[in-house]
Amino acid sequence: MTKLSYIAHDGTRFDVEAENGSTVMENAIRNAVPGIEAECGGACACATCHVYVDEEWMPVVGEPEAMEEDMLDFAYEVRPNSRLSCQIKVRDELDGLVVTVPERQG
Amino acid sequence: MAVSEITRTDVLIIGAGPVGLFAVFELGLFDMRCHLIDILDRPGGQCAELYPEKPIYDIPGYPAINAQELVDKLLLQIAPFKPDFTFNRMVSALQRLEGGGFRLTTDEGEVFEAKVVVIAAGGGSFQPKRPPIPGIEAFEGASVQYAVRRMEDLRGHDVVVVGGGDSALDWTLNLQPVARRVTLIHRRPEFRAAPDSVNKMHALADSGAIDLVIGQVSGLNGEGGELRSIQVKGPDGEVEVACTRLLPFFGLTMKLGPVADWGLNLHENQIPVDTEKFETSVPGIFAIGDINWYPGKLKLILSGFHEAALMAQAAKHVVSPKERIVFQYTTSSTSLHRKLGVPD
Repeated sequence: MTKLSYIAHDGTRFDVEAENGSTVMENAIRNAVPGIEAECGGACACATCHVYVDEEWMPVVGEPEAMEEDMLDFAYEVRPNSRLSCQIKVRDELDGLVVTVPERQG
Repeated sequence: MAVSEITRTDVLIIGAGPVGLFAVFELGLFDMRCHLIDILDRPGGQCAELYPEKPIYDIPGYPAINAQELVDKLLLQIAPFKPDFTFNRMVSALQRLEGGGFRLTTDEGEVFEAKVVVIAAGGGSFQPKRPPIPGIEAFEGASVQYAVRRMEDLRGHDVVVVGGGDSALDWTLNLQPVARRVTLIHRRPEFRAAPDSVNKMHALADSGAIDLVIGQVSGLNGEGGELRSIQVKGPDGEVEVACTRLLPFFGLTMKLGPVADWGLNLHENQIPVDTEKFETSVPGIFAIGDINWYPGKLKLILSGFHEAALMAQAAKHVVSPKERIVFQYTTSSTSLHRKLGVPD
């Protein structure tokens, strides 16, 4: 199991144990992290699972692919560390990953 | 209104997604004529709009099927029943007629009358997404427009187009000769619009005919609903851009829309139904697919198919109250074969 932490917009921290291969979005939904809507269910088609990846984790998590970048155009307050959480797959290297939920989704 | 302007049908289906389409099949087996209305420009709903190329793995009989392929096959399956379609329209009003049936009016004023209404509207109607700019509501209507109805209305204006897709690029190119000045704003230098439009846009920007600003709109300036300028936050800080008309193209989102005003009971933006007929709190109006709610509800296409089959039985009682319903299998029934066009 891999440890993930979500910081909700009000500062509440959610520490969860995630299975490798699942997505950061799925674990947010499973653990009822507020502010992750995932309207399209993880098809990279809506930009409502937008998160900010902790700066120090960016090199590990990596940059979004072109399709995700296109979708991020629809997100709220996109920053250089913005990612769609449905496109981040949990793996060993992400153990301890911290992501922050934006004020709102699109 | 003249009688001839009213389109009449047995069943009016709101929403042409997979479940609305399959409802045509089940209703057709019982000889009911269907007319479908959808806000999108083509059938398929979320399958066509959100994830046409994504495989679906839980359609019985198909280990995997692409969403668009499922839509195409459904269209083929319902073709024998010759359904009518009206696209690019939202049903904005629904009223019950004295003596039974319903009258529905679209946002463009077309009038339909049906004996039965089936709401198969999924997550609601697709509508332009409101960009997350503080205070934008106050400028909507005149200064902020999510679609261009008449280009003439934008003549002489400082038009700002926001977005990087085809709509944003097309309107940038089309409005350049009409507006006083067109500024295109996009959060990054890459555009997902057709390469040809992107090239044309860059040529206009290079020649000084339009302005291209990389950044995100952070604030609006103006009074009384009239926009004067906007703030744009880019890599080099914040700039002010003259703007009297703002056209944001941020894609589509799903909203329940006018359904909320039709006097139906609602449960958290879904329509409660019974699980025998899938009828709403108003007799004669049914709700199937993602838009309905009942204990144990699962938002699955296959659940919607089941709901369509049961709804059709109940709808038949409304459309032809005196007819006895005979349960038949499509495999063996000669009368169903005739309806489906199966050769003897």
